[in-house]
Amino acid sequence: MMVLQGRAWKYGDNVNTDVIFPGKYTYTASGREEIASHALEDLDPSFVAHVQPGDIIVAGKNWGCGSSREQAATCLAYNGVSAMIAESFGRIFYRNALNNGLLAIVSPQAALAINAGEIVGVDLHNHTITCQAGEFSFPPLSESILRIVDAGGLVPYVKQRLSA
Amino acid sequence: MQHRKTIQTFAQKALARAAGLDEVQVGQVIDARPDIVLSHDNTAAIRKIWLEFEQERVLIPERLAITLDHAVPAPTTRHAQNHAEIRNFVREQGIAHFWDVGRGICHQVLSEEAIVLPGQLILGADSHTPHIGWMGAFGAGIGRSEVAALWATGELWLRVPHTIRIELSGDLPPGVTAKDFALRILGDIGADGGLYMMIEFAGDGMRSMSLESRMVLPNMMAEAGAKSAYVEPDAAVFDYLAQRLVKRGAYSCVDDARAVLEDQALYPDEDAEYTSVHHYDATELEPYIACPHSVDNVVPLSAVGTVPVQQAFLGTCTNGRIEDLAAAVEVIQGKRIADGTRFLVIPASSEVLQEAMRLGYIQTLTEAGAIIGVPGCGPCMGNHMGIPAPGETIISSANRNFRGRMGTPESDIYLASPAVVAASAVAGYISDPREVAT
Repeated sequence: MMVLQGRAWKYGDNVNTDVIFPGKYTYTASGREEIASHALEDLDPSFVAHVQPGDIIVAGKNWGCGSSREQAATCLAYNGVSAMIAESFGRIFYRNALNNGLLAIVSPQAALAINAGEIVGVDLHNHTITCQAGEFSFPPLSESILRIVDAGGLVPYVKQRLSA
Repeated sequence: MQHRKTIQTFAQKALARAAGLDEVQVGQVIDARPDIVLSHDNTAAIRKIWLEFEQERVLIPERLAITLDHAVPAPTTRHAQNHAEIRNFVREQGIAHFWDVGRGICHQVLSEEAIVLPGQLILGADSHTPHIGWMGAFGAGIGRSEVAALWATGELWLRVPHTIRIELSGDLPPGVTAKDFALRILGDIGADGGLYMMIEFAGDGMRSMSLESRMVLPNMMAEAGAKSAYVEPDAAVFDYLAQRLVKRGAYSCVDDARAVLEDQALYPDEDAEYTSVHHYDATELEPYIACPHSVDNVVPLSAVGTVPVQQAFLGTCTNGRIEDLAAAVEVIQGKRIADGTRFLVIPASSEVLQEAMRLGYIQTLTEAGAIIGVPGCGPCMGNHMGIPAPGETIISSANRNFRGRMGTPESDIYLASPAVVAASAVAGYISDPREVAT
């Protein structure tokens, strides 16, 4: 999956994990469908009904700040979101996303330029984002992170390591 | 030729030690081996991930620490089943550092039990794991899959963070607390002002602060996006931990324990490089409030105006300790909670609850009309035991006021110090304790 393409959902600054996946479900919701059904429940109730596989989330500063709950990342992945582009990410959320094979890309320029609903392309090989406003580059992921992403997430990566 | 070490921050020293390296550079990605791996009510979900690794035993059971605190006692059958699965796992794996329902909030319990020590690394599936920085340890929050990976392999990648330094000089004026200082910092630097960073606290204003007050600062720096936060450990820290290490049988004599603690403590070098350095004069601080719906929406209490509250909540890992209850008792002594307002008090641990009973605080608080909850996180993240109705306004001593945080997106949460929370419970609207007291 070196080149991704999807429709953009756009959100603002400092969006926290409580509105991405409410805390009241964190110790009870289990299974992909149930977790997916609560995605962005308190931020954008239209999201779950209209999201398409491959869609891309574009956000402002500190997207996913707050709680360490991993469902904030998995609820988006389980809805088919292929990548997130933000000015910056909440740090635990950033780790959780990559650890679940959900790409998290820091690109302040692209995050500002992309409009809601437009088609966005992400080229992982060339580290570029393509959108209506043009092409933007982003810094490559570090080697340790790439190994995890290449394996499909942290769990498959650890499995590989343990069986090596 | 003698190898000369470069000048280093606390984060560099702590992560070098955790990675078994001589020294590390800022920005370097290392494989860290944490001394303690924390989880709580999320342990059953972590176990499900860990089972995919097909191990019979976790690699280093003595490094696991597990506390049931987020939804205690179990509010529903589903929560009870979750707790039961965790107890089975603890038995099956022989986890010694386990505290069941009622013992208290993980960060408070790990502090009281001296499970983490200065200079050590703790990684936890809880975003307030930086809390442990009050004693000069490196605490960082991680995700559930990462905890499962740590159970299996004992190590995890971490990036060595840049550091912000905050220096406090002077003593806080009466009625102004560490919580007000934390809120002021969040208002100044914003909810992403410490993103990916370590925040070091220092200065004579920090040294003169009680240990309980120091705990508030690294706890709240999670709200600036910080990876971790650190307060320089001093004699008060070593005394507190040494006594508790002896109490739990890790050492036979306080002096021995103290010597080890002093030896293990890490301090930044004098000329270490900081992204920014902020100086605060304690005498110029005042009570602050974080208004809905973000922690950095901070204003001086004097500018809040008349805001009626239906619930005042005193508790959480941020402000559920004995000095917090004492501050409430001082405000509330001989008064009644306002009609139409509920005052919910949840001690951070069983030790805090017992001390509060011994000092007569529980008697005073309940006589005034307060409700006492079981030690734990309670309603902070909307799990149970005092969640608000839609349309209600809450003043809380917690660390987060996100929309929907306490269960419904249609409530407003204001954050403040324990004294302000208690004063507001008495008045029925957000109030200055210095005015209610007179």
